[in-house]
Amino acid sequence: MANKRIDAPTGTETVGHEWDGIEELNTPLPRWWLWTFYLTIIFAIVYVVLYPAWPMVDKATAGVLGWSSRGELAKEISVADQAQQGFRDQLAQIPIERLPDNSDLMARAVAGGRAAFQVNCSQCHGSGAGGDQKLGYPNLNDDAWLWGGDLKAIEYTITHGVRWAGDDQTRQSQMPPFEGAFDDAQLNAVVDHVLSLSGKAQPNAAGAQTFADNCAACHGPNGGGGREFGAARLNDAIWLRGSDRADLKRQILNPRMGAMPAWGQRLDPVTIKMLAAYVHSLGGGEDFVEVAKDHEVKVDEQP
Amino acid sequence: MNNPDTSDERGDPTVVLEDGVAKTNDPVSSAVARPGATTRRHEPGEPPRMQIPEKLYEKRKAVHNKRIDGPFRRFKWLVMFVTLAIYYGTPWIRWDRGPFAPDQAVLVDLANRRFYMFGIEIWPHEFYFVAGLLIMAGIGLFLVTSAVGRAWCGYACPQTVWTDLFQHIDRFVDGDRNARARLDKAPWGPKKIARRGFKWSIYLAISLATGGAWILYFADAPTLFFDFFTGQAAPVAYITVGILTLTTFTLGGFMREQVCIYMCPWPRIQTAMMDEKSLLVTYKDWRGEPRGSVKKAAKNPDQFGDCIDCTQCVQVCPTGIDIREGPQIGCITCGLCIDACDRVMDDIGRPRGLIDYATLEDCEREATGGAVKSPWRTLLRPRTIAYSMIWAGIGGALLFALGTRSHTELTVAPDRNPPFMLLSDGSVRNSYTLKLRNMESRPREMEIAVEGLPEGVMWTDTIRRDEASPAQRVTVPADLVRQVRAYVAVPEGAASQQFTFRVTSLDAQRETDTVQTRFDAPEEE
Repeated sequence: MANKRIDAPTGTETVGHEWDGIEELNTPLPRWWLWTFYLTIIFAIVYVVLYPAWPMVDKATAGVLGWSSRGELAKEISVADQAQQGFRDQLAQIPIERLPDNSDLMARAVAGGRAAFQVNCSQCHGSGAGGDQKLGYPNLNDDAWLWGGDLKAIEYTITHGVRWAGDDQTRQSQMPPFEGAFDDAQLNAVVDHVLSLSGKAQPNAAGAQTFADNCAACHGPNGGGGREFGAARLNDAIWLRGSDRADLKRQILNPRMGAMPAWGQRLDPVTIKMLAAYVHSLGGGEDFVEVAKDHEVKVDEQP
Repeated sequence: MNNPDTSDERGDPTVVLEDGVAKTNDPVSSAVARPGATTRRHEPGEPPRMQIPEKLYEKRKAVHNKRIDGPFRRFKWLVMFVTLAIYYGTPWIRWDRGPFAPDQAVLVDLANRRFYMFGIEIWPHEFYFVAGLLIMAGIGLFLVTSAVGRAWCGYACPQTVWTDLFQHIDRFVDGDRNARARLDKAPWGPKKIARRGFKWSIYLAISLATGGAWILYFADAPTLFFDFFTGQAAPVAYITVGILTLTTFTLGGFMREQVCIYMCPWPRIQTAMMDEKSLLVTYKDWRGEPRGSVKKAAKNPDQFGDCIDCTQCVQVCPTGIDIREGPQIGCITCGLCIDACDRVMDDIGRPRGLIDYATLEDCEREATGGAVKSPWRTLLRPRTIAYSMIWAGIGGALLFALGTRSHTELTVAPDRNPPFMLLSDGSVRNSYTLKLRNMESRPREMEIAVEGLPEGVMWTDTIRRDEASPAQRVTVPADLVRQVRAYVAVPEGAASQQFTFRVTSLDAQRETDTVQTRFDAPEEE
């Protein structure tokens, strides 16, 4: 159809079209370019056969190698898990009391615990473990512990939770509501007394009497708290639910008590050990001096 | 298929050049005949035009350089042995750094991010030393180029050294120039196949040694050497050796001077850096031309120059050029043609130096009968002196920085979440992540102190709160960064303020580093 002809000066055939006297030479592609192009075609065919390529309705064609990016990720994760296996075995075997002696293992446990904390705990306790005074989530960075701050106590609390119905070994206690038990004067007096324990108000005899009659059984005669019952220490600077008179009154009349799931039902013991190490490392961790009574924690159930 | 306009008789299909415009006697297209067409045609009155070359591509002509001996050849041997010995031998040099650091003198430890060079150890954050060395190398090349021309190309460039090595292999296996040219032309037969196979296997052995030596710079040489041959080395080692073996084999064995002429940017840059005061290998044409054999010159004493057209200078050239055509991109100024020509001049009793290292300025002066300046004097001129001073200045600055650098460093990152923490006794605590850098190859005890924070005490993740004090001691492992979590507490009522962490090495050096940071406290309401 076209007016193909040999162009005399170059000896090359034209493509046969003409636009206003302009013709185009049909110069052959460079050989290397052509071969590269053919190679890419071969590559594409091989690729389509071997790898997922054609989009179908719900997923692409599988390819004979069975490769998938999800499979690749799963493989990488399992490789990473295997790489950690030795460390996890070690951690499973070591009793948690001995963990601080092995500083390398402790450091790795803290690092692993940090990751697990961000996934499981930060929703309530905050990503910096700072807690929330308004909602009553304890701050885990400080040195005040309701149920004990050594590694074993922390591990127990995480495993069995606090006031968690699904676990019969859970940390359990109940502060009775004093709604209607005190008149205004009595209430004010006891609030004054509680504040006076940490030097925030003047002590008074009436308040002291009321405190001794109603509160000292759990919170201790000097407000030192009782870890057996998770009774807060009242003579320090830390207030779980606020230190205003209004906060105190509300808590006395109609106490709110926090709950925490028993993580032993959801997480494996090694992860819980790592979490305990992390929480302990936040700066307020205690040594094994005072451990609450009913802590027959079986540390070493794994081989 | 046929174009009706041109299917009839064709004119002269030659392409001709005139005033830089290609013209043809034949219409370029059928449109030419129309008025207003822009294609120029050959007018009847115009003179005949010349042909343009058909192809701009020229096939490589094999270079079979002839054996030669002389001062420049010996110098080339010397440089070749020294550079090859440095390249192959350096990874095997040992250097004692104590039990906490590798004992390899030159080691680029990518895995641990350390660079060792004899007594110097460089961490990644000090990479500017390497950048400085590279700048020095660059300016060094400028200096060498402006002083002695392309001496780098002629003697020290790896491409030149390995090409030279492979050319010696050629000579060793196939004989000298004529024998090699003969063998090239000979048809393929068992003998030629055997020779080529033998030669190429030597090429391959050298290439493998070259690629293999490279990886020894990146790991403990004896260990890696053993692992490599027992199949235990990392895949990247084999891949690297494979690639470098291939490049050495092709670039050194086959491409040779084509790398210098077509691939390397440095000759092009150098041509821009050279001037009439630069030393280069020059054929003194005013002396040599017109060329004539000894016999002709004897017959007609005054008609011929000193060049007897023996082409020895061409035959010995490793890049296959004719220096008598003047300075050119293919000339790597190795000086072998000087050796060849001087030898011929000695034989026929004419003065040496028909081909010589000279500046263009000197050549001009000499051609007009002026006094010849010593080449040494041409070395000292403002440009070379300026380059030397810049080069030495950077070197001095690097040495100074190296000598005065501290081997102890501290970085501090305060916790932002939560920014501060109330303790049960009412005091306020802040947490910090400290990084203590110990760049010595031995564990060191260091003291971390809190300064400028009244009544402030600190403890760490390994030091209990009962032992809190304004200063604490920690041991930092050899050649590592130790991360320390530090807790700083002040009694109730303190305000937010700035303070300083100071780290001091508790050894003879007593190196110290300070970082100012912030202590956050609850706002008074």
